[in-house]
Amino acid sequence: MDTYIEQAGLKSILQKVRAGERLTIEDGRSLYNHPNILAVGYLANIVREQKNGNQAFFIYNQHINYSNICTNLCKFCAFGKEKGDALAYEMSVEEIKAKVRERLDEPIDEIHMVGGIHPDLPFSYYLDALRGIKEVRPDVHIQAFTCVEIHHLAQLAGQSVQQTLNDLVDAGLGSLPGGGAEVFSPRIRQATCERKLPGTGWLEVAKIAHQQGLRTNATMLYGHIETIDERLEHLDALRRTQDETGGFLAFIPLAFHPKNTQLTEHSGTTGINDLKNIAVSRLMLDNFPHIKAYWVMIGPKLAQVALSFGADDMDGTVKEEVITHMAGAETAQALGHKTLIRLIQEAGRQPVQRDTLYNILATY
Amino acid sequence: MTLQKIIATVEDGERLTGSDFLQLEQKASVHQLAFLAHAVRMRLHPAPTVTYVIDRNINYTDICISACKFCAFFKSPEQNNGQVLSQETLAQKIAETQNVGGTQILLQGGLHPDKPLEFYEDMLRFIKTTGIHIHGFSPPEIVHFSKLSGLTIRKVLQRLIAAGLDSIPGGGAEILNNRVRKELAPNKCDADQWIEVMETAHHLGLRTTATMMFGHIETVEERLEHLQRVRDLQDRTGSFTAFIPWPFQPDHTPLAAARKIEKTTAINYLRMLALSRIFLDNVPNVQASWVTQGPKIAQLSLFFGANDFGSTMIEENVVAATGVRFRLSEATIRQLITDAGFQPQQRLMDYTPVQ
Repeated sequence: MDTYIEQAGLKSILQKVRAGERLTIEDGRSLYNHPNILAVGYLANIVREQKNGNQAFFIYNQHINYSNICTNLCKFCAFGKEKGDALAYEMSVEEIKAKVRERLDEPIDEIHMVGGIHPDLPFSYYLDALRGIKEVRPDVHIQAFTCVEIHHLAQLAGQSVQQTLNDLVDAGLGSLPGGGAEVFSPRIRQATCERKLPGTGWLEVAKIAHQQGLRTNATMLYGHIETIDERLEHLDALRRTQDETGGFLAFIPLAFHPKNTQLTEHSGTTGINDLKNIAVSRLMLDNFPHIKAYWVMIGPKLAQVALSFGADDMDGTVKEEVITHMAGAETAQALGHKTLIRLIQEAGRQPVQRDTLYNILATY
Repeated sequence: MTLQKIIATVEDGERLTGSDFLQLEQKASVHQLAFLAHAVRMRLHPAPTVTYVIDRNINYTDICISACKFCAFFKSPEQNNGQVLSQETLAQKIAETQNVGGTQILLQGGLHPDKPLEFYEDMLRFIKTTGIHIHGFSPPEIVHFSKLSGLTIRKVLQRLIAAGLDSIPGGGAEILNNRVRKELAPNKCDADQWIEVMETAHHLGLRTTATMMFGHIETVEERLEHLQRVRDLQDRTGSFTAFIPWPFQPDHTPLAAARKIEKTTAINYLRMLALSRIFLDNVPNVQASWVTQGPKIAQLSLFFGANDFGSTMIEENVVAATGVRFRLSEATIRQLITDAGFQPQQRLMDYTPVQ
């Protein structure tokens, strides 16, 4: 198939990919602008197989969004609400525990918990939430609080990010999810989320977490007002940070969903756009072990196809996902693990059930 | 032949044998199939155009004596809750279609137990007063009309053509293999009759499409038999305009209730689409099935052999009865095509561009 790549004018990138050489920003631009998704996907698949062979990962997890009350109110978000809004909610620690208890009969390995930047919940609430989850389900790994929330909690506690993370880890925190990265560009943040922690701040929190031995993920919200160059700067910043720390586990491109946001003039992302972001990020982020096709955002059909376009992880069974569904996602709220296994097998990959840190729990 | 030789055969523009097809199906990666199908598509259609038609499905009745096990749409005559559309309803649906730039209707219905051929002739004449193109009556309906009237297939077609029928949709082909048909749709026309209707229609000057519904009880060899029959007929007549493969949608069907059949996944849809494009070297157009796959996979289909986005289908009932309800406007279809790097072009049934 190499001739098709050469005909597509991507011979030099193919050679670099085969040799394991790092791609330049200019390469990334050629890939993003390339009209043939098959050629770009083929290249990404080479890297995907270099790094993860034929394995495709999934996790048995549960999502808990503890509150949607948020002072940031980013324009691309349909989830965050002002305090007092009719749709605003917050869960008490008891309610969080009840959510965990409801599913004790399922073999859940990870609880994924994120929420808004709440104006007045005390720091103790977050510690109690973690402790509460561990009380009900001691063995579960808690992946919680984006870098944006961590920064907020440090301010709330009046202490350093280091100390804040220490306290949270003591209470049960296992790792950080990759949310809140959006697009690092100051132009984008000014236009869409000016109250949010800046990109440099996000990266700083991630670095501190990595230095303390916490693994974290990274994301990019694409498909709104960002340019290709801004996407590439974002990927480059992540790549440089990963060179320093090696603490990122997975990169998850997140497709913007416009419904109920303040950017409804945009249409949702297309399948080609979704695949291109997965493929280009796989090619550019040569130091990230994993690229995730998050089926909640792009649908199980495209997530399955993405396993041949750079992705090696379908995320998880997920239940009660609220954030994307409030923005009009029409995907189901949960996929049974049997369905995930079948999707992976039919894609010609080996299903691997993992824990949060990518330890293999079972293969199928 | 080795896989490499088969790939070279396709790249050289030569025809695949059945055994080549089976090897390709089994051994080729999804990337290999896509590159090959796209190369065939670009050879047949060098212009970066993707076509679509503005139309509406009109199901004149849901009353049906066929009782196919894969169908969630029909009502049996005994149920007494089926209906036949009135002329007023037909007229209203056609006016709505024409108001949004629609050029044709896809007119199909259940195998009604007792309407005479004159009923269908009247329907065609009535619809024809609107001037719209009538793409209607799939082969099982034609065979059914022939049985009820005691007239030959040829005679039935001649009378329908005289009353205004313009072309025939490729539905009811399912899998053109009698083992599969006996099991799933014993009351429906058999594979030979399906071919006979199409061949006769072609001889009478009608263009038609061909479909394939896969992903239920059929084997790969039976899929091949289906493609082979379509390719052979096309060699004889050349009058198929397009091939439209789509996967069985199991929800709410008796077949899925009787035995566990999982919905075909996106990757297997794309593989079958690509294989169809590669094997059917004499059928000019291959359609994406956004109705079953949704916009994202349908867009990706344009790199797996499809050069046509099908129809806007401002009304669709049969797939919707299985709970699969994707809707796409003309504007969205155009945007998906453009975003994939192609130029959208509205067309007629025979693929003439609409200016």
